[in-house]
Amino acid sequence: MGTTASQLRKDLLSEYQELTFLTKQEIILAHKRFSELLSKEDRNIPTPRVPMEKVLSLPELKSNPFRKRICHVFSTSDMKDGSLTFEDFLDLLSAFSDSATLEIKSHYAFRIFDFDDDGTLDGGDLEKLVNCLTGETDDTRLTTEEMRQLISNILEESDIDKDGTVNLSEFQHVISRSPDFVSSFKIVL
Amino acid sequence: MPSQKKNDIAIRMEDVGIEIDGELDSGSEDEARWRDRNRKAKASPRARGRNGKPATTEDEEEEEDQDEAPRKRARKKKASAQDSEEEEEEDDRSVKRKGTKAAGRKKKAVKEESEEEEEEEEEEEEEKRGKKKKGGKVTSKKQKDEQNKEKKGDAKGKGGKEKGDGKDKKKKNGNSSSSGESGDEDSLSEGEMASLKEEVEEKKKLIATLRNKPWRMKRRLKLLKECQAFVEEFEGALGKGKGRKLYAYKVMMAKKMIKFNRDFDNFKTACIPWERKIKEVESHFGSSVASYFIFLRWMYGLNLVLFAFMFGLVVLPEVMMGLPYGSIPRKTVPRAEQDRAMDISVLLDFGGYCKYSILFYGFYNDERTIGVLQFRLPLSYLLVGVGIFGYSLMVVIRTMARNSDEGGDGGDDGQFTFAFKMFTSWDYLIGNPETADNKYASITTSFKESIVDEQENQKDENIHLRRFLRVLANFLILCSLGGSGFLIYFVVKRSQEFANLDQDDLSWFEKNEVEFVMSLLGLVCPPLFETIAELEEYHPRIALKWQLGRIFALFLGNLYTFLFALFDEVNAKLEKEKSIRNATIWGLNEYYSNYSSYHNTTDIPPPDIHPADVIRGPCWETAVGIEFVKLTVSDIQVTYMTILIGDFLRAMIVRFLNYCWCWDLEAGFPSYGEFDISGNVLGLIFNQGMIWMGAFYAPGLVGLNVLRLLTSMYYQCWAVMSCNVPHERVFKASKSNNFYMGLLLLVLFLSLLPVVYTIMTLPPSFDCGPFSGREQMYNVVMETIENDLPAFIGNIFTYATNPGLILPAVLLMVLAIYYLNATSKNYQNANLELKKKMQMARDEEKNRRNNKENTNQVMQDLEDLLPNRSLLPPAAAEEKPPPEIVREKGSKSPKVAKRPGAAANGKGINIQKDVSLAAPNPKAAVTHPPGPRGPSGNARGPPPGPARGRGRGTPPSRR
Repeated sequence: MGTTASQLRKDLLSEYQELTFLTKQEIILAHKRFSELLSKEDRNIPTPRVPMEKVLSLPELKSNPFRKRICHVFSTSDMKDGSLTFEDFLDLLSAFSDSATLEIKSHYAFRIFDFDDDGTLDGGDLEKLVNCLTGETDDTRLTTEEMRQLISNILEESDIDKDGTVNLSEFQHVISRSPDFVSSFKIVL
Repeated sequence: MPSQKKNDIAIRMEDVGIEIDGELDSGSEDEARWRDRNRKAKASPRARGRNGKPATTEDEEEEEDQDEAPRKRARKKKASAQDSEEEEEEDDRSVKRKGTKAAGRKKKAVKEESEEEEEEEEEEEEEKRGKKKKGGKVTSKKQKDEQNKEKKGDAKGKGGKEKGDGKDKKKKNGNSSSSGESGDEDSLSEGEMASLKEEVEEKKKLIATLRNKPWRMKRRLKLLKECQAFVEEFEGALGKGKGRKLYAYKVMMAKKMIKFNRDFDNFKTACIPWERKIKEVESHFGSSVASYFIFLRWMYGLNLVLFAFMFGLVVLPEVMMGLPYGSIPRKTVPRAEQDRAMDISVLLDFGGYCKYSILFYGFYNDERTIGVLQFRLPLSYLLVGVGIFGYSLMVVIRTMARNSDEGGDGGDDGQFTFAFKMFTSWDYLIGNPETADNKYASITTSFKESIVDEQENQKDENIHLRRFLRVLANFLILCSLGGSGFLIYFVVKRSQEFANLDQDDLSWFEKNEVEFVMSLLGLVCPPLFETIAELEEYHPRIALKWQLGRIFALFLGNLYTFLFALFDEVNAKLEKEKSIRNATIWGLNEYYSNYSSYHNTTDIPPPDIHPADVIRGPCWETAVGIEFVKLTVSDIQVTYMTILIGDFLRAMIVRFLNYCWCWDLEAGFPSYGEFDISGNVLGLIFNQGMIWMGAFYAPGLVGLNVLRLLTSMYYQCWAVMSCNVPHERVFKASKSNNFYMGLLLLVLFLSLLPVVYTIMTLPPSFDCGPFSGREQMYNVVMETIENDLPAFIGNIFTYATNPGLILPAVLLMVLAIYYLNATSKNYQNANLELKKKMQMARDEEKNRRNNKENTNQVMQDLEDLLPNRSLLPPAAAEEKPPPEIVREKGSKSPKVAKRPGAAANGKGINIQKDVSLAAPNPKAAVTHPPGPRGPSGNARGPPPGPARGRGRGTPPSRR
């Protein structure tokens, strides 16, 4: 990449195309957007990272209630700070792209919803999830009673093995029946 | 992957070893050596595949060299051992050329024996091919590594030729000693190709599906590079000559096609009008209100098509090619009306110039063909009039079928309503904060609505009180329905009395009493019903249906009362027309006889009267058309005024008077209006019914309706967003879509009846409209058949309309319906059965995963039993190891081993049965000989393995 950060090596580009659900134009665009997020001094590092705050400033993510989770899930950073390399960024866009399969989408969705990263969706995760979905304002928030009922209903439906949590296969089982998950789990630059 | 590769190699080695043995048996030294070489060759491509080109080239070079001057070159490059091998090879070749076909056959048998061997051979052949090529083409002895690729290209190009060579060889093959080997060589060309292709395809598949793996980019990148290297190495060998180009072209086209389809889909969704508007409404008011707007949009689409038919085939031709206004009586305002023809009050009643315009039936001329195109307007008019019904019927039924199709697996959806809302409701595309807020609101709404649903299910109250209340409510509603029916009857009677009086003496109210009362009833009754329905305490969705049904009954009563009144009027007009017609005919005869007697000539010019002065009949068709248009317009007015006053004004008052009022207006009595879904939907449906009925007599009505729907889309969207509040008890109405459609279908049928009745029975007016002068409207069709079509078609038509043919046809149709009904019932049963099975499988799955929590009694018992059964030590010993192995590797061999153990002690079978109900009886597998059993065991094996392994923790401790 070097000084002309907007240039992407050709072989790399084709490999990215092979490995993601993105088209060439989309990858180039993603690269452009990514380089814009990079600060000057970062550009000379071989694999620069964009801090989470900057990624979150993208309009596509700005109003997403799961934006922080998304960054954390796709980040390969050792520091757990949610910063993204370009490849992480491509991973993100690929998972959210139009043509990504249900399987991969549901996999990432599960990891996004798994707030405590313990591999299952337990009551705490679900509660956080509901709170994310209903927004921060008080008038949209559910009451404790409603929350309790909602979570118990969800577990009733999707917790097949009755261990009080939803694991990945249960989650994918549920998601695979959903008619509109694939069409709504999308982010387009 | 790498590990797999290694496995492959190992397997191959084994195979080769076996083969060598076989060859040793045969005692041919040559072959043994050849094998040796073969093995080497096999090893080299492997190396190539992994490490890249360098490793390969050496071998290849050696081989190339062989062809021309084997010994020299070989010596230069190689050790003596290899040298000898090469010599052998050369010999083999020469021998091969003399071979017979028998060898070929033998070879085939060999081929079938082991695929892996073939693969080896393949690779070898490839090398050989390359070698040959170079040998033939390139004279220089030592090839550079870089040429490797080129060679491959050549191989591709000439693969075909080489294959031919191979075949030649086969034919010539004669020597028994070399037969096996030569056979192998030949098989390279076919089986080799196939298996190489397979492998390449596999790699390609891996490459294609690599993106489906939720791994980090780095890992995928590495794997991709490996695979790509492999494919690049070997893909060249696949396609040949033109075939390859075509192949590449095909691949490219497939890619383009996919992309195009995707773009087209995006385009299509972008083309759906009002999507954003509806989404916005949906996010505020929930899916039920949005369903009204979606219905409205659908209706708009339908009406656009109807309008295109009507306008393109009837109105436009008449305007472009027909006679202009004022040329004939039917296109001219009569003298008596001319003074007031432009008065706005007259025009608003659709009198004056409106009445004698293309908007109405009477304007159309009865000329058989018009214009240079010889357009048959009357025929077109009739066909379009009927076609509108046909098209609507088709569309409605198709939509219904599709809806029910989507709802078909609704049973499954029901299982996950909450989970879907939870996991799939966020729209990740939302990029603007405002929409996000809407989405938050809508998600909260949907959560609440499903919670209400759930509570509704759990509620259990005093059933007697509720029953009493429901009966009471129904009684009250019946009373009000009867009351409204009587009111309309009374008003219609009165209006008939008024009709006999002089029009000028009547007040405006008296003239419009019927419409007024109908609109008023439509306005007052639905809210009344809704209030009464609150007694019933139905679930909102059910309540909506009741409400719809009741309003439907009301509207239907109103409409049909109106229709009967209209029929009376039409009959009166028909009487009047008859007398006028007779008078006209009489007058004309008088004129003719007078003229001929006066001028003493038979060549009589038509009477010279100005078209406005001609005496004409009442033209009942236009009158009916006007009635419908008036009704539609008044409906529009009432609807819009209701919104303006009932919603907008109310909202204004509540909003602004709230500052200076003694109680809280927003929370208290008037508050803001809710969007009345049922009323609006029914209004729309009945409006459509009116359009269907009126369109035949007033072609302009469809255009008017299109305008109405267009404006009401924007108007109601605005009104709902600005003046209404979401329902307190929000609920989902997506399932009621088909209910709307069902109502629409009923209305369509009901509106079809009167129109078809009039077309088939009433005689058309003698002096207006496209069918004037004919006995019946449908005579146009007969005329066309007789005059414009060849005679035999007329004959066919006569036969076809023969009762003798129609009766059997009807019978056949009835039988077909019966048959389809029966089959559909069967399918339903099968469906139910399958659903049951699925349910069972699901329970089974639950139990299986649950086995720790003792849900599956049978399973648990068996597990308890297992250790006790170690009375038979060998069986137990045999059985113990498999589960672990299965869990670890999932390979088939352990399972095969396990089966006999299970079979040995009868209970083992039972375990497996219980573990997977769906699996066939394992006994069947046991009876098979060991060979085939492997795969079958594999197919059936997994259930028990994972079943134990996948649950929480590791069950084996119990065993």
